[in-house]
Amino acid sequence: MAPRIATSAADAVAGIHDGATVLIGGFGNAGQPMELIDALLDGGATDLTVVNNNAGQADAGLALLIKERRVAKVICSFPRQSDSWHFDEAYRAGEIELELVPQGNLAERIRAAGAGIGGFFTPTGYGTLLAEGKETRVIDGRGYVLETPIHGDVALIKALRADTAGNLVYRKTARNFGPIMAAAARQAIVQVDEVVPLGGIDPEVVVTPGLYVDTVLPLPATTEGAAA
Amino acid sequence: MNPSPQTTTDAPVHHASTAAPLDRDALARLVAADIPAGSFVNLGIGQPTNVSNHLTSEQDVTLHTENGMLGMGPVATGEDVDEDLINAGKIPVTELPGASYFHHADSFAMMRGGHLDVCVLGAFQVSAAGDLANWHTGAPGAIPAVGGAMDLAIGAKATWVMMGLFTKDGASKLVEALSYPVTGLGCVSRIYTESAVFLLEGGRVVVRSTHGTTFEELAERLPVQLHRG
Repeated sequence: MAPRIATSAADAVAGIHDGATVLIGGFGNAGQPMELIDALLDGGATDLTVVNNNAGQADAGLALLIKERRVAKVICSFPRQSDSWHFDEAYRAGEIELELVPQGNLAERIRAAGAGIGGFFTPTGYGTLLAEGKETRVIDGRGYVLETPIHGDVALIKALRADTAGNLVYRKTARNFGPIMAAAARQAIVQVDEVVPLGGIDPEVVVTPGLYVDTVLPLPATTEGAAA
Repeated sequence: MNPSPQTTTDAPVHHASTAAPLDRDALARLVAADIPAGSFVNLGIGQPTNVSNHLTSEQDVTLHTENGMLGMGPVATGEDVDEDLINAGKIPVTELPGASYFHHADSFAMMRGGHLDVCVLGAFQVSAAGDLANWHTGAPGAIPAVGGAMDLAIGAKATWVMMGLFTKDGASKLVEALSYPVTGLGCVSRIYTESAVFLLEGGRVVVRSTHGTTFEELAERLPVQLHRG
């Protein structure tokens, strides 16, 4: 089924309920679906579990969701940054739970969810604090840690372009978590600079096939050079 | 400061000891010269990033950045700055001809799967067995953050560390056993410092070259057994 084309960011995120697990794409500002996050903030859903590489920066997006105490738990690899003051405050006050995951394990756990994998043994983190309490196994002389998939109720991601079938292409390093989060969530909501007709994207360059995409929000191109 | 040959061996000139310690650029130049031609390389944030400034075009090294790119070029300035094109330190960079983009799971699979030749990282401590500590001081109240450190440590075919050999208090950062939390076990094969280059060979610490010091002085000062290269 072709994805729904949302009329506004508020419309796109309207179905996100309290207690939802929300996968949010982006690495730094690249690929961050800022308008969708802002709409989630305006929408009022609370007690969220958020999966992102970081835990919010400065006074925008995810940082504001945390400031408003709408996030009960963050699953991320790198929460501590020079401008992560809202997370720092909530964490030190004991008002947010943190699950710290090595970045590659985070990515693979998200990928595993989309691929129907029940768990996998990874060498990353073996013998470290982040493997404490986890099942381990030595395979061919090397130590591995059992990691489990991270499923999302919803994914909020940003792509460059969609066609009306929901096929997506991304732009440069803004791709980051987009394709794996789209597959790992029951509902993938994607903001794009433009929606083109069927046939407007060469099938050979599609990165995320439309079957993963549920809602598309076209926004005027805000990315410099995005038309190139 | 170019290292000058002081010994008569078959080793490359840059493997020779020098009378003076290495400054940051000299150290980065030394690491760059050791990277085999044609390698796929990941350079960690901080001191290792400087290595890219000393790679020559003849070396044909391809840089990987774990946020999803091979063929990363120099830092972007002026009109070349593009917020969709950043490195793992979130600094705007450029793309070189032949570059490619991929998602995060592919990027870390590339690393974990042993497809990168060399990864160069900073460190708080390295043990004689090649255990690495570089992600967390373990200080009470510190908010932990790991990023890609644990993936980088164990993924590449060779993991090299660049660090100062001593802490500000003069303690050796090359140790018998880590006192900081572990990033990866048995993963480091070389350590580049201002005072010496060490090869870690199955628990043996071999001093390849010394800089502004001697093997004897290091043997006295470091808490691990050293072997001559």
